[in-house]
Amino acid sequence: MSVVTQTEPAATTENVAPAREWRPPSYWPFVIPALVVVLAVIIFPWVFTIWMSMQEWKVGSPTTFVGLANYLRLPTDPRFVEAVGHTLSYTALSVLLPLVFGTLAAVVFHQKFAARGFLRGIFIMPMMATPVAIALVWTMMFHPQLGVLNYLLSLVGLPPQLWVFNPTTVIPSLVLVETWQWTPLVMLIVLGGLAAIPTEPYESAQIDGANFWQVFRFITLPLIMPFLFIAGMIRMIDAVKSFDIIFAITQGGPGSASETINVYLYSVAFVYYDLGYGSAIAVVFFLLIVALAALLLYLRKRLLWTSQLGSDA
Amino acid sequence: MNPRYILGRIGLWLSVFVIVSPAILFFLWMASLSLKFEIDNASYPPVFFPEHIAWKNYADVFASNRFLTYFTNSLVVTGCATALAMLVGVPAGYGIARMAAHKSAIVILIARITPGLSYLIPLFLLFQWLGLLGTLVPQIIIHLVVTVPIVIWIMIGYFETTPLELEEAALIDGATRWQVFRHVALPIARPGLAVAFILAVIFSWNNFVFGIVLAGRETRTLPVAVYNMISFDQLSWGPLAAAALIVTAPVLLLTVMAQRQIVAGLTAGAVKGG
Repeated sequence: MSVVTQTEPAATTENVAPAREWRPPSYWPFVIPALVVVLAVIIFPWVFTIWMSMQEWKVGSPTTFVGLANYLRLPTDPRFVEAVGHTLSYTALSVLLPLVFGTLAAVVFHQKFAARGFLRGIFIMPMMATPVAIALVWTMMFHPQLGVLNYLLSLVGLPPQLWVFNPTTVIPSLVLVETWQWTPLVMLIVLGGLAAIPTEPYESAQIDGANFWQVFRFITLPLIMPFLFIAGMIRMIDAVKSFDIIFAITQGGPGSASETINVYLYSVAFVYYDLGYGSAIAVVFFLLIVALAALLLYLRKRLLWTSQLGSDA
Repeated sequence: MNPRYILGRIGLWLSVFVIVSPAILFFLWMASLSLKFEIDNASYPPVFFPEHIAWKNYADVFASNRFLTYFTNSLVVTGCATALAMLVGVPAGYGIARMAAHKSAIVILIARITPGLSYLIPLFLLFQWLGLLGTLVPQIIIHLVVTVPIVIWIMIGYFETTPLELEEAALIDGATRWQVFRHVALPIARPGLAVAFILAVIFSWNNFVFGIVLAGRETRTLPVAVYNMISFDQLSWGPLAAAALIVTAPVLLLTVMAQRQIVAGLTAGAVKGG
């Protein structure tokens, strides 16, 4: 009975003046299934992780509430502190190198030449390929005796390296893989930026007789800055979280020389099964990424300010 | 056709060559490793073109019956995770675009920033409690963490650019919202569907971190299977490289064939899973 009374007025208004009283329909039914999925696989894990980070919880034993004890343990855990250092140096290099090479590659791919689409497809293969498969081949290439990299070094007269088998060269070696893999993403983003640049500044520069470097430095670079910033931000987020390459090539070794936060988090949670502590690491890790993103945003504002001041003066 | 132009062209092609060669040389070397017998792979200086080609390496990989199991696992996990993501993600992208609910994109941003491992701890416990470990279900569900945000993100972008006039006209003519979505909005957004589908497939197929925690002996996907091969037969490079190439070959083919869609999708959302 109640169903009928509810639907009747709605039906009549629609019949009377459908065109006039047309209202934008509610789109909630479209969103609800996805909302359920997002709640289940993204929001629920988040809430549960925060709750769990305040428990002493090892698999198989009962849980006890310990408040912030897991968080207080972090600064006194030398392996965690070391992992933060590794993560920061790995990230800094893995942001800067792809930015430099990606920008250069984008300038080249912005030119017109035959088979550009196909070659661009080849160029982005490293970032689309399965990371573990890539890591496996890089492991073979890093091999000190049989690896092709030491052979290439010998061709140009450089001494052989231990690559990922030496604690001092392991992070730069892994960054080499990361750079090889992710330079294409920077290239694509910067290429999008180059496509959006108007041609007038270039025409007037050509009339003024500017050389290639001057054009790049004073016209291209300032105009693609916003895109470089986006690329740097994305690269930072991915480099901090980098796992597949590091884990498959070194498992954090030799010793713990390439153990980043993510690799350490894996060990704590799924090797030692210390889930409470692991959750605390996950929360701090997330906050660190947010903090780094905020720092980049702040730096960008500062840079904008100084460049504006510079042009005013 | 002055000399300066010709010099410029030569310089351009040299730069193109330098830029593309790390990718080309790497994959050629990968293919070379996979087609050599152990004697050639263990020789120094390295052999690039072997005298005898070891097709046997590929035959060995395919002959091991486990490999087919893992291949099927990968197909099932990626197939289900992508299909489910399209099923819920495409309407969601439509709804969010039409409601102009831009704040909801924050959830997707958070999902993008969160390390994949932090989803694993709670979901691992949940699956354990539900008794689902040992089946493919946990991996299908957790791959949604990767595929759903990609699909939603790309579809928001596409539906925001499709014209509203047609949809309004259809609504006024008495079509239901669902009919409008199904018969007006969806056909126009077909290129976007392709982009979302391709990227979801690739990032799900490539995913490693979820499998390494959730997969048992029988439920490994290909990346996890390849990783386990590294630890067990470190010495035979040929079959290892062959397995690695087989795992990544579908993705590489897709990349070269659909590079236009992939580039469009990546530059629009700059999304990456995991």
